Amino acid sequence: MANEILKLERVCKAYNVGLPTETEVLHDIDLELDHGEFLALIGPSGSGKSTLLNIVGLLDQPTSGRLSIKGHDTASLGDAEITRLRGHTIGFVFQYHLLISAFTARENVMMPMLVDRGFASAEIEARADRLLAQVGLERFAGNLANNMSGGQQQRVAVARALAMGPDLVLADEPTGNLDTRSADAVFELMRQVNRVSGTSFLLVTHNMDLAQRCDRIIEVIDGRIRA
Amino acid sequence: MNRWLPIEWVMAVRFLREGRLQTIFIIGGISIGVGVIVFMSAMLAGLQANFIKRVLTSQPQIQLLSPDQIARLLRNSAGEIEDAIVQRPSQRVISIDQWPKIRAQMQAMPEVVTVSPTILGSVLAVRGDASRSVNLSGVEPDSYFKIVKVPDYIVAGEPRLTSEDIIIGTELAKDLGATVGDKLNVRAATGATRVLTISGIVDLGNKGVNQRVCYAALRTAQSLLGMIGGVTTIDITVADIYAAEEIAQRIQAANVVEADSWIKTNAQFFTAVQAQQNTNTLIRLFVGLSVAFGIAAVLIVSVIQRSKDIGILRAMGTSRAKILRVFLVQGGLLGFVGSLVGAAMGAFALVYWHSVARQADGTELFPLILERSLFIYTALLATGTGILAAMAPAIRAAKLDPVVAIRG
Ligand SMILES: Nc1ncnc2c1ncn2[C@@H]1O[C@H](COP(=O)(O)OP(=O)(O)OP(=O)(O)O)[C@@H](O)[C@H]1O
Ligand SMILES: [Mg+2]
Repeated sequence: MANEILKLERVCKAYNVGLPTETEVLHDIDLELDHGEFLALIGPSGSGKSTLLNIVGLLDQPTSGRLSIKGHDTASLGDAEITRLRGHTIGFVFQYHLLISAFTARENVMMPMLVDRGFASAEIEARADRLLAQVGLERFAGNLANNMSGGQQQRVAVARALAMGPDLVLADEPTGNLDTRSADAVFELMRQVNRVSGTSFLLVTHNMDLAQRCDRIIEVIDGRIRA
Repeated sequence: MNRWLPIEWVMAVRFLREGRLQTIFIIGGISIGVGVIVFMSAMLAGLQANFIKRVLTSQPQIQLLSPDQIARLLRNSAGEIEDAIVQRPSQRVISIDQWPKIRAQMQAMPEVVTVSPTILGSVLAVRGDASRSVNLSGVEPDSYFKIVKVPDYIVAGEPRLTSEDIIIGTELAKDLGATVGDKLNVRAATGATRVLTISGIVDLGNKGVNQRVCYAALRTAQSLLGMIGGVTTIDITVADIYAAEEIAQRIQAANVVEADSWIKTNAQFFTAVQAQQNTNTLIRLFVGLSVAFGIAAVLIVSVIQRSKDIGILRAMGTSRAKILRVFLVQGGLLGFVGSLVGAAMGAFALVYWHSVARQADGTELFPLILERSLFIYTALLATGTGILAAMAPAIRAAKLDPVVAIRG
């Protein structure tokens, strides 16, 4: 079996297909990501980074081309299977609206496991606490999401992304809203998880300093990859 | 976090709790609607039950009478009529033909509970200088008292009817200046006279009736009214009082008698109740609709407010079905909690109104009937309405495109 967790072949994405406003924002993207790799995705605003990430994260479908995750061709999967695959193999960290405000930090970390199993359990709680400890926030486990700083919230979001033990974490400008020190802390956290547990990361960032500290940098310009 | 509740329920509760003010207002709206329905239904049921109780403890549910006597047309030959104007004959008081046979038949019917032959006639009650025209009912106390609860209405003396006894109404007793133990001269139109002892005085709750009501033993009345061995009516009670009319029709079809059910003789009441119930149903329907629209509106807003949460949940692997259920549960919970609060409000209003609203004589206007079934039924209905109302918002939430939701 190939070593890649992720493989895109000639992936195109157009918005407003069939309308006069139809625009192709991704053109013939070929991309491979190995197990354990930490990849930075950079590029100017509007170049299609988020679009690419959404496709990789199975939140959106490509207009053409092949996408396989862990060797599964995703084109043949139905909505329920896609949802399951997403829940079990991919973790997300977003730039905005990080946590669900009706829940505490611990509960937010439990959430992916809760929607998978259906019920809370001591085991799930313990795992959430371990993950919170890993991101250095065990003291804030009982805080409501809104009662934490942006950096803390983002670290909780990283812990949540790791809850299901995913093979791949997709992070779309996770540090975009944070000051330099918090950004650094969040990045280092991800880098450490990557080293310790071998989770692959795909990080979209505008921060060249952070990008430089990744295994590989890929630049997207006008919907094309420039190596 | 609760370990026994499915995660959809936990989310539903949290979302409702977080949207505090919205939740409180919509529950207030639902409660008022439910309260009105509970209050109205219980009061109507009370008034109805009151009337039915009065009717059923003071009159038989089916009464068998001799059929009307009709004049036969004189015919010369087929199709040729002598005189087109047929005068209605005067109705003699006559006994029901072969009544013991009919009684036996009635007693054999499974839906019949009590059968009591009765003779009715007008007599003159005389005591000293006072005399009053009264309605004498000759009854078999054993069976008759099961139909008309005379013993319950006795205000003096006892419900005893030997061949020498008579029970009279309170107003009549007053008019004649008689009390229990006094002798009463009873005179029939035939000229027959008996001296009877007042064994009891009854109050049937109606002045006109109390002025004219008299009960005597069947045999005593038969001899007074000159109909030895005859009865004018057979009174019947049935197990299912609402089937009375249908049973009456069957009896009439099978026997040479006229059978009147309480439903027929109280037709006006039933028309009124029916009209009330129709209005009630309409009000319920519209209250239900406005509650449903309220719930739907609040949940639609909630779906829009939470679209980012929904997007994140979908991204972390939450199925559309789960998202759908989260909002259906919210609708159901709103309906259920609203119905509990509303039922409590309705019951409270009912208790209050019951204590304030009185009839002219100070007795209660309606009995306080708080049936558990009404509350269970209302709670179920409100919960169902909530779930139905949540349908559109829930589908919208489930269909939400996570990409759009997250991009925000
Ligand atoms: N739903 C949509 N419908 C139409 N066009 C869209 C849609 N989403 C994105 N686009 C367009 O696709 C292009 C790529 O957008 P995308 O969000 O992927 O860029 P990006 O590289 O993530 O930019 P940024 O760095 O600002 O986040 C943009 O030109 C954008 O206007
Ligand atoms: Mg972007």
